[in-house]
Amino acid sequence: MAARAIWKGELKIGASKVPVKLYSGVVDRGVHFHILDDKHLGRVKQHMVSPESGDEVPTEKIQKGYEVEPGKFVLLEDEELEKLEPEPSREIEIAEFVPPEAISQQWYERPYYLGPDGDQNGYFALAEALNNQEREGIAHWVMRKKPYVGALRAQGDYLLLITLRNAGEVIAARDLPKPAGRAPTQKELAMARQLVEMLQGEFKAEDYKDEYRARVTEFLEKKAKGKKPKLHVVKSKRKVTSLDAMLAKSVASLRKGKRAA
Amino acid sequence: MPRKTTHKKRKSADENGEGNGVRPFWSGTLSFGLVSVPVNLFPANRSQRAPLRMLGPEGEPLARKYYDEKSERDLDGDQMVRGYEYQKGKYVVVTDEELERLAPEKTRDIDLTLFVDEESIPPIHFDRGYFLTPDASSEKAYRLLAETMEKEGLAGIATFVMRGKEYLVAIFSEHGILRAETMRFADELRSPADVGLPEKKKVPKATVRKFEKLISSRSKKQLSPAKLEDEQTERLLKLVKKKSANKKNVVEVESEQESASNVVDLMEVLKKSLAGKANLRSR
Repeated sequence: MAARAIWKGELKIGASKVPVKLYSGVVDRGVHFHILDDKHLGRVKQHMVSPESGDEVPTEKIQKGYEVEPGKFVLLEDEELEKLEPEPSREIEIAEFVPPEAISQQWYERPYYLGPDGDQNGYFALAEALNNQEREGIAHWVMRKKPYVGALRAQGDYLLLITLRNAGEVIAARDLPKPAGRAPTQKELAMARQLVEMLQGEFKAEDYKDEYRARVTEFLEKKAKGKKPKLHVVKSKRKVTSLDAMLAKSVASLRKGKRAA
Repeated sequence: MPRKTTHKKRKSADENGEGNGVRPFWSGTLSFGLVSVPVNLFPANRSQRAPLRMLGPEGEPLARKYYDEKSERDLDGDQMVRGYEYQKGKYVVVTDEELERLAPEKTRDIDLTLFVDEESIPPIHFDRGYFLTPDASSEKAYRLLAETMEKEGLAGIATFVMRGKEYLVAIFSEHGILRAETMRFADELRSPADVGLPEKKKVPKATVRKFEKLISSRSKKQLSPAKLEDEQTERLLKLVKKKSANKKNVVEVESEQESASNVVDLMEVLKKSLAGKANLRSR
């Protein structure tokens, strides 16, 4: 069954426009829990209370404030906040393009598929051009009163729009100090390199299944039927032994495994 | 050795776990071959949207409380349980311990059994980032792994269970620091066919060329950070500044310990943790 588009827009690069539909790229497969009260096992509700008295404060009496310093708030009216919202628009503006490696994995947030809305030529031609040039477009758009930044990229024949985090939302490794500790020796580095090279391969997403999710679901179904499913005992393992010895052993055991295979 | 940090009920909704707590998000063991590296996990993303607080009529910051509708009582953390709805309106209660024990033993550690070219993973998978910091006992092995991966341009792939959920992660090394990016499993992603996108037809070469020209004339080597600014938050901060000049718009209450900037805290914790100063586990 085809998915339903969640939004319609128009990619804009210079004077060129490509009308598109936006579809979620992810499927929610999580096992969802609810918070219950321990007496009636009913769903709990939330409300806002005054911390001193513990009394509920009704919605119409709640004010919004921005904390400028601890304990000091600037009050903001709903009207004022509404005025800050961006102008609604159908445009997905692509102002610049960068090589994929210019965007760190840390920035990517949520993927959406774009599909053609009417004109298919422009859509597939743009995907082909992005593939040929090995570039990702940096997109800005407004959807449901929120401004977004995203990366427009080709995946096969199709276009993906992946939302990107804002500048302040990512902590970069280069802003952190290097970890403490002794630098590894040449011998250790050589052995570690050998080890990771032996473990080198290709990433195939289909090789990985969320087995735990399946176990949890199975457990919950059994428990709901009044059964007492068996559980494992949690053991902790592994001690720290000499790094050199462990590296050597690892390489040796991998070699053996390779020969046997 | 705690495999999981107890997570206390936080005062504010805080989905990233980067509240004022200075505890690691998770503590566990990273391993490659037979080498094991005890590590602490800290979020590498933080929510930057200017947090607006809900205030009462007197300007007092309000607390979000859970309550039970039937008895109209407010509930504390120990008066609530976690339930799974197996039929409409019917719940089975599950404890943290049960969820923990459901994890197969192999998945409690981050076992790097595969290393791949770090540029080869499709970004559609990436979800959320966490820095891994070494334990006092693991600095040497940590540095060795980080340095080796960075030199070779490799990312390590593993699955493990944390806080009642299995994660597929890619571990990257940058600036001597290891970072785990959680990834969506294949069945959590749609394919173009799932979405119902049409098959590609042949497109005119001229149209492709037109787009290629548009792309190359707008190409940059680097991503300019200005493109990632959160303009809405900036507009809000401007408004706040303007309004704060008028006392009428400002309320002051006795400050709780909580400061508005969890941002500084997370950086500080990371720095300490990387310097090997904080023995976070035994706290």
